[in-house]
Amino acid sequence: MTNDPRTMSCQEFQAHLPELIGSGENAANHPHVQNCELCRALLADLETIAEAARQLFPVEEPPDELWNQIESAIQKENAGPEPA
Amino acid sequence: MQPPDPANGPVPTEAPPRVAASRALAPIPSADTPPQASAPFSRVAVPNPVEAEALARAQAGDHQAFAQLYSLHKRRIYSLCLRMVSNIAEAEDLTQDAFLQLHRKIATFRGDSAFSTWLHRLAINVVLMHLRRKGLSVISLDEAMEPTPDDSPGRSFGATDLTLAGSIDRLALEQAIADLPAGYRLIFVLHDIEGYEHNEIAAMLDCSIGNSKSQLHKARLKLRDALHRFPRQEARK
Repeated sequence: MTNDPRTMSCQEFQAHLPELIGSGENAANHPHVQNCELCRALLADLETIAEAARQLFPVEEPPDELWNQIESAIQKENAGPEPA
Repeated sequence: MQPPDPANGPVPTEAPPRVAASRALAPIPSADTPPQASAPFSRVAVPNPVEAEALARAQAGDHQAFAQLYSLHKRRIYSLCLRMVSNIAEAEDLTQDAFLQLHRKIATFRGDSAFSTWLHRLAINVVLMHLRRKGLSVISLDEAMEPTPDDSPGRSFGATDLTLAGSIDRLALEQAIADLPAGYRLIFVLHDIEGYEHNEIAAMLDCSIGNSKSQLHKARLKLRDALHRFPRQEARK
């Protein structure tokens, strides 16, 4: 295994990728990516997935009735168990 | 009675803006990124004063204050539940359970982490318990974080697939996320959709930051596998 980013294999680069991406570095600037079409494609896909995820699922508003149900359940709990 | 609406008062946002995904993979922050969001630990270091006051009062038994906490956090908790179970009725039940749990346990919150992190952890436990009852392969947070070998994504080196060409079918992505093992789905939803940072996810799931990064990467790889298969599956229909 090599520690030289210019000569590392795809396997070595990809093993390093979670930390590289998670650290916020621009992985596209990594020397391995400059010379490796496969890893460049992988990185492009991961960027596409992350970007697409941001477009998904806007924060949803629960129905107003939900609070009423929660409030009722709290009151029920506060009242304690029903007498037998 | 409806809880007070934080939109009518000076209440900061209840949860982090969705910036993590863009920052993790693209160096240019999006236009909707408030500056404070980029500072690590920002939500822990700068407590929301409105939330802090409501929290203190709710811990002392003030029902109005508890309603205010609900208003502050209901969207995030409901959305998380909805994303994890993909069913509105179940998501409502889980949100109710999470806030009932909060009501029972709120006095035990000591401020060791951000309140929203603590509440999310509580809600995540409710969701995982629910998935376990449904017979899905999630027993605990630990197991959720350690999917079985069969759940692992394929290795990418040597793969001959072309790229996703910069676009993803929305329905395909939603289906692929829904098909992820619960542990991967949880990490992906928290980080890439909700915008939580790895340090926050680590606190919520009681795992290491490295584990959070690793699991997120595996989730994305698994999604990539699924999305590459999607056009061929569709073509066979």
